[in-house]
Amino acid sequence: MNAPLAIGVIAGAVLSGTSLLYATLGETITERSGIVNLGLEGILLIGASVGFASAASSASAYLGVAAAALAGGAANLLFGWLVVSRKANQLASGLAMMFFGIGASALVGGPFVGAVITGLPKWRPSFLAGLRWVKSTTLFNYDILIWLAVPVALLVWWALFRTRWGLGVRAVGESAAAAFASGRNPAMIQYQALFAGGVLGGLAGAHLSLSLTLTWAEGMTAGRGFIAIALVIFSKWHPLRAIAGALVFGGAEALQLQLQARGADVSPFLLDMIPYVLTLLVLLAWGGARRLAAPAGLGRTFYGSE
Amino acid sequence: MGDSVALEAREISKAYGPVRANVQVNLRLNAGEVHALLGENGAGKSTLSKILYGFARPDSGEVLAGGRAVNLRSPRDARALGVGMVFQNFMLIPAFSVAENIALFLTDLSPIVFTSRVEDRIRRLAQRFGLRVDPRSPVRQLSVGDQQKVEILKLLLANARVLILDEPTKVLAPHEVEELFRVFAALKAEGFAILFITHKLREVIACADRITVMRQGRVAGESLRGEADARALITMMFGEQGVGAPAVAQGPRGSGLSGQELFELDGAASHAVGSETKLHGINLRVRAGEIVGVAGVSGSGQRELGDLILGLRPLAAGRKLLRGIDVSRWSVGRMRESGVAFVPEDCAGMAAMPGMSVRENLVLGTGRRYWKGVSVDWKSLQARMDESFRALEFPFPGPHMPAGSLSGGNLQRVVVAREMAHDPKLVIALYPTRGLDVRSAISVRDLLRRVRDSQSGVLLISEDLEELAEMSDRLLVMYGGALVGEFNRGEWSSEQVGHLMTGSSEAAGAR
Amino acid sequence: MPGDRTTAGRRLPPAARAAARYGLITVIVLVVFGAILLAAGKNPLKAYADTFVYALANAYGFSELLVRLTPILLTAVAVAIPARLGLINVGGEGQLYMGAWLATAGALALPHLPAWVLLPVVTLLGFSGGALWAAIPGILRARKLVNETIATLLLNYVAPLIVSFFIFGPWRSPESSAYPQSPAFSDAARLPSFFNTRIHAGLLIAFAALALYWFLMEKTRWGLQMRAIGGNQEASQRLGIPVATWIVVALAIGGGIAGLAGMGEVSGIHGRLRQGLSPGYGFTGFLISWIAGGRPLGILLMAFLFAVITSAGDILQITQGLPYSVINILLALLLFVVLARRPAQRGAR
Repeated sequence: MNAPLAIGVIAGAVLSGTSLLYATLGETITERSGIVNLGLEGILLIGASVGFASAASSASAYLGVAAAALAGGAANLLFGWLVVSRKANQLASGLAMMFFGIGASALVGGPFVGAVITGLPKWRPSFLAGLRWVKSTTLFNYDILIWLAVPVALLVWWALFRTRWGLGVRAVGESAAAAFASGRNPAMIQYQALFAGGVLGGLAGAHLSLSLTLTWAEGMTAGRGFIAIALVIFSKWHPLRAIAGALVFGGAEALQLQLQARGADVSPFLLDMIPYVLTLLVLLAWGGARRLAAPAGLGRTFYGSE
Repeated sequence: MGDSVALEAREISKAYGPVRANVQVNLRLNAGEVHALLGENGAGKSTLSKILYGFARPDSGEVLAGGRAVNLRSPRDARALGVGMVFQNFMLIPAFSVAENIALFLTDLSPIVFTSRVEDRIRRLAQRFGLRVDPRSPVRQLSVGDQQKVEILKLLLANARVLILDEPTKVLAPHEVEELFRVFAALKAEGFAILFITHKLREVIACADRITVMRQGRVAGESLRGEADARALITMMFGEQGVGAPAVAQGPRGSGLSGQELFELDGAASHAVGSETKLHGINLRVRAGEIVGVAGVSGSGQRELGDLILGLRPLAAGRKLLRGIDVSRWSVGRMRESGVAFVPEDCAGMAAMPGMSVRENLVLGTGRRYWKGVSVDWKSLQARMDESFRALEFPFPGPHMPAGSLSGGNLQRVVVAREMAHDPKLVIALYPTRGLDVRSAISVRDLLRRVRDSQSGVLLISEDLEELAEMSDRLLVMYGGALVGEFNRGEWSSEQVGHLMTGSSEAAGAR
Repeated sequence: MPGDRTTAGRRLPPAARAAARYGLITVIVLVVFGAILLAAGKNPLKAYADTFVYALANAYGFSELLVRLTPILLTAVAVAIPARLGLINVGGEGQLYMGAWLATAGALALPHLPAWVLLPVVTLLGFSGGALWAAIPGILRARKLVNETIATLLLNYVAPLIVSFFIFGPWRSPESSAYPQSPAFSDAARLPSFFNTRIHAGLLIAFAALALYWFLMEKTRWGLQMRAIGGNQEASQRLGIPVATWIVVALAIGGGIAGLAGMGEVSGIHGRLRQGLSPGYGFTGFLISWIAGGRPLGILLMAFLFAVITSAGDILQITQGLPYSVINILLALLLFVVLARRPAQRGAR
């Protein structure tokens, strides 16, 4: 691999990986509280469409970001109502959310298809701007969501592992019974985790429509939500490892784009398969060792005592 | 001994539907005192303790703390009053460290958690009361005895002054029990009140200052240290026509020692994943007409051994022989068809499908015997099962009843009848009487003895030394995935076996 | 079943309960859809009238309904069979595509065979394509390597890409056309159709699959074992049931049935392989099976209801200018309602 290709891939990895990272961080929080959201894809779509629609109607991309975050949070709360309050099966509810996200996002984004927006502004720190190998690339010329990506990952790590709240969240995910016995309200904690996760998911979607592509199209997330779910497992439910994972998978996508741009004679369809196959292979390679790292109560519903 | 009443139950009554769990129960727990709550399974001890801890509300009567009536709406209220409870099933999170587990239950935890501060607090308290554990180690790596210490530390750090412990010695080896009693003494000396629920007489006599005996939901008697003796307490526990507590003395011997060799493990080993126990170098023999007991604490590999023999777990090394034939690679189905039966502790979980009917459960456990064409020969199955149930003197529940609607005892009878229906040659019993009431436990033990007497072999895997003493013609002891002891009937003491079970060398003595 | 009680505490006979349940669902659909229509500024009553006239009362419309019914009935059974073991198969989409793909391979390779040979071959290939695609997650799950939900989901994205690869590449039809597709199948490879409509033999296959599903589960010893695994996997293992084998087999059979749906689309409807074969039939099948709790009659009723809904979607797009995405919301809301009812006593397995 020559230098321009390598730089292209790394640069692309950061761009693609950002929304993956936000989505993975959001899902990490909710899964740490014991809930799997297969409908993450729907949350991303809602974020992308609401963000785009808000940005187009208000001419402010930042408003779009805020709207996307709130919409994502609200959608996850809806999911939470199903799985926490109504104790519905998490997998089926997640798929229902996916359908909902597909439909709602199409409805919200429909009127804005083809709209032109100014996306999120980018900037580059001046001390790097002068460097030759940086100037012609997208490296370090990022919008606020990219700049904040790693700090947010650190924040999520700190919240989960160094705060009382995070201890409670992780406890609910391991054993809702123990968390309840400690005087906590597992349902409330799960709702909080879901909201946080939804906000991050909304941001992930917003980055796609407000920065990467500056468009809205139905189903534009193309399975990123599921890749994020796989990434959560890949990173063993740890926010900091998610950074590496997002870069790897973002890199795979970037590689595919770079190869296509260079006219490599590989079918775009085969290249498109890379992220999904890679995800499967990684999950395979991990096998059973992975199970120990999962929150013990993941996927279960809690019935309380007496 | 202190005089102030730390916690009191006054005329507490509680019923669950038609079952009257507590009837006008009175109990006073004083500070600086160890108070034992004694009674058989189903006597109402659990219910009372749940009420005292706020897990359940009494139908009538009141709870007083420090002399004042209190309304405990949840354990939170109880904890606020300084009452803490250690359950049989620990409320511990295996993946968390000791410190994290304790931090979870601290009422004064700061929003930003500094684990090292919590660890220091733990170490200081541990020192004071003899509860030594490493705050950093993940709980899943701790022995059960150490996990119990963590539970107690949790309560102490949450400023509990009244400790309720539900059957704390059930899972402990004899020297660990002594250690626990030393902890009680240290706590007592500093004015703590301890309520300790048990059905083991000897412990009560050894450590309790005050004893309350419950029977069938009522207080059957009270006693002070030194006043009561075993016989008086037994009478209180069981009433005049008392069924005696299982004797420590060893039961009737089987004819087995000269019987034909049924089953052998030769240098068997198995792999382990995660928290499972790796087995290595297991040499084991079961002859016709004998009961081989296997003692061990949780984590010793008992369960893995049972799975290995059944064929659920593959052999990593060594051989498995059934009547001389090498069956090392046989599937579970084949083993069962060759006459290996399995009686587990938790039938609904391990041996039956609660959502399916009784007859479906019966046929599923009989391999290919009743398969006919595309479907099943229900008639023959029914006939054979009728015989089996009759021979065991069990009532036959309707064949179409959902298995999940049967009581635990009835479900176990169905499973046992199924397992016995085709004259098994080897019966593996895994904690078969755990959680059963006295009568059911006795009938299961009788059944196993009958199996032995009909020249089959029984492998009894249990953690109850009294049961093993009564039943085993030979006793094996497991620890850490290996066999560390083998004794013939009458040649061992519980002290000896207890040490082997917990891996402590007898020479090391007390700490 | 123990949990099924009316709020009055009396037990209704099962048939009445089922009727009440599906009737309630239909009513909810009508009400919610009506609300959405109102919100979108349309007249619900006119919309329902249009739907009735064009989809139900009209012979052509009804035939189109049956055309829609065929693939979703199959994908619903594809979900229901593994569900009895407690497995979640959301890979219907991918299995459908792979069934279509393998069926096409056969049709293109052996166009000169007579129909009575070629059709069974193509059908078998359709089944095999889906079965093999589902066997992969089956094996992964049986060896406890990857959860089948994730594996089937991921493979859903790979299968259409494989199909596209072939359509743009080795199987690209030489006839110039607005969009790439495979060459047309020979007549021998086409499933016969009925009454001069697009209804094809796939519908019969679908009914047969449903009937076989019921028979297999309720009346055979294999069904007994599968249900046992779904009831208590650990106990099943201890009783000697070869759980790992059944996991693979159940998923393979399910996948094969979804593959038949794919075969039906290429052989019965289009006569060639193209992109975009499935507007989410796999997911629709999942929802149908879930709502029906895996019960055969329920699957039939719900599949019919879904077929009506999606027909309505198309019709209303034309007559009322309603975006099709509204259907996705409707389906989601329907599922929400089912999921939100009766906590801990849902009939779904």
